[in-house]
Amino acid sequence: MSAPSTGGASRDGYGSGLLRIADDPRVVVIEADLGKSTKSCHFRTKYPSKSFSMGIAEQNMMLVAAGMAASGKIPFASTFAIFTERAFEQIRNGIARPGLTVHICGSHGGIHTGTDGSSAQSIEDLAIYRTIPGMAVLHPCDDLSAEELTVQLLDHDGPTYMRTARNKIGRIYDHDSVRELKIGRGSIIRRGNDVCIIACGVMVSQAMVAADELADSGIDAAVIDMHTLKPLDIELVDSMAKSCGCFVTAEDHSVIGGLGGALAEHLSTGITAPLEMVGVRDEFGESGESAELMLKMGLTSQDIKNSALKAISRKSG
Amino acid sequence: MNSGRELPSLSIEELEDMSRRCRINIVKMTHEAGAGHPGGSLSAIDLIVGLYGHNFLRIDADDADWEDRDRFIMSKGHASPAVYSILNEIGYLSEEDLMSFRTLGSVCQGHVDMKWTKGVDFSAGSLGMGLSFGLGCSLAAKMDGSNRTIWVMVGDGEVQEGEVWEAAMAADFHSAGNLKLIVDRNGIQNDDFVNVQMEVGDVASKFSSFGWEVIEIDGHSMREIRDALDKAKSINHSPCVIVAKTVKGKGVSFMEGNPEFHGKAPNDDELRIALEELS
Ligand SMILES: Cc1ncc(C[n+]2csc(CCOP(=O)(O)OP(=O)(O)O)c2C)c(N)n1
Repeated sequence: MSAPSTGGASRDGYGSGLLRIADDPRVVVIEADLGKSTKSCHFRTKYPSKSFSMGIAEQNMMLVAAGMAASGKIPFASTFAIFTERAFEQIRNGIARPGLTVHICGSHGGIHTGTDGSSAQSIEDLAIYRTIPGMAVLHPCDDLSAEELTVQLLDHDGPTYMRTARNKIGRIYDHDSVRELKIGRGSIIRRGNDVCIIACGVMVSQAMVAADELADSGIDAAVIDMHTLKPLDIELVDSMAKSCGCFVTAEDHSVIGGLGGALAEHLSTGITAPLEMVGVRDEFGESGESAELMLKMGLTSQDIKNSALKAISRKSG
Repeated sequence: MNSGRELPSLSIEELEDMSRRCRINIVKMTHEAGAGHPGGSLSAIDLIVGLYGHNFLRIDADDADWEDRDRFIMSKGHASPAVYSILNEIGYLSEEDLMSFRTLGSVCQGHVDMKWTKGVDFSAGSLGMGLSFGLGCSLAAKMDGSNRTIWVMVGDGEVQEGEVWEAAMAADFHSAGNLKLIVDRNGIQNDDFVNVQMEVGDVASKFSSFGWEVIEIDGHSMREIRDALDKAKSINHSPCVIVAKTVKGKGVSFMEGNPEFHGKAPNDDELRIALEELS
């Protein structure tokens, strides 16, 4: 098992975040035979007495976490995003309904997961957990922000779901800028007035590429890392609606019920503005390299760019 | 140790009398609500009375939230009338609370709910989850160096749920010696008899093969219940299960062994007969 790598995938950030909060005696880590993948393995190696392996049994893991939370512990339970879904009802009824603070991490979220194929590529996790009352839903974009948000979870009251990604991508934050992050507050990583691109996870870096290319043709795009999908930072969305007048969302997730869905829900009941969504179009993925899959399924900077032009053209006046 | 009021340890006769009072409340509150689950409440109540009444459950009668209390996790949460009736005996719930069962805003929710009711340690209603939750409580207690004991009750239909066996396997692996399970083996589930729906067979030997200590008793004999709880409490090296043979609807003639009264409240006439039989 390797040490947490620097400049890695967001799942590495989860692993190093756990190490940073390990001194808190309330913190416990629970695994379902995927600790090497979710990266909770580093915690388990260093703190075996605070780590609990539940075998390949996700439903039991979620309720064990609930029982621990009800006994004064702060459990961090992780597996692949897709396999948390097996225990959806356990999370809903056993964790969220009694309002227990259990932090669930689902790694390997999205199409980006790659060659494992569609059985491992969760494209609906953000949507389903968003529907659970009182549950916060997070999806950081790089390792540093995943680490920072994991650390912040220690002081967060109530159940949470954090999706991390399998693969390394370029860092969006550095060690200073990452400290500005706050759960529940979207982070403006590029300013602009023509269109606002709101992205999460691996699509944030794609959004930055798209914004650079738009700038070449004289279009000023703002980019927001919406690492917290719920509660959605509606103050920020409203202010961007005023300054930019139109939106593009970008997510490695179904356009139904995820970030795009969340934006649509908000924009259709408050300040209205044209919205274009980049995301998975109600279809399953398949095996392939990340880059080829993202291309095939419409999840590239080029898709974001096209959507931005379309959103701008839909602005009235 | 808690400084508050401990429950008195009662004689067999006093416990039997407590069970009788609880049974009366079970039929009254389901009748009043016009809904609820009398059958599985009546099969479980002697075991629950044994647990609380014999002082096996270490709680503070003045402080339901005492952190180091033993836990009672009622996984078959539809048998909530049984739980509410014992919480009434302890003084956590009033008679009025019981009669508000299932009404808007009532502390007596349809299924036991830790968010709504003082003295309830788990939010149930979805079968199969309580043993896992109990294991979480058990592991946390061990980490804290606490000697609190975690008691869980499941139904025999409930053990058809796979999660129960995930938890059973994990409890043995983690040597959860402070975890005790009671199986209410009344032989009836929702639609019909267990042996019609899907027979669960020799529950005791199944748990035994999962590494658990096993005790088998008549779940309506207060003496056997007391001895079994006593023995279960003394076992510390591994988790322990009490498989209690019971009768669904016990104590009310027309409910006994009758799948009809799993989830059906007595009507006015039925209540009258039930109260005559129980008084
Ligand atoms: C997961 C789940 N599936 C189905 C139900 C509906 N249900 C409520 S009670 C019950 C039967 C329970 O039988 P058993 O465990 O034997 O309880 P008892 O006979 O002691 O009341 C069913 C199927 C439920 N509450 N939870």
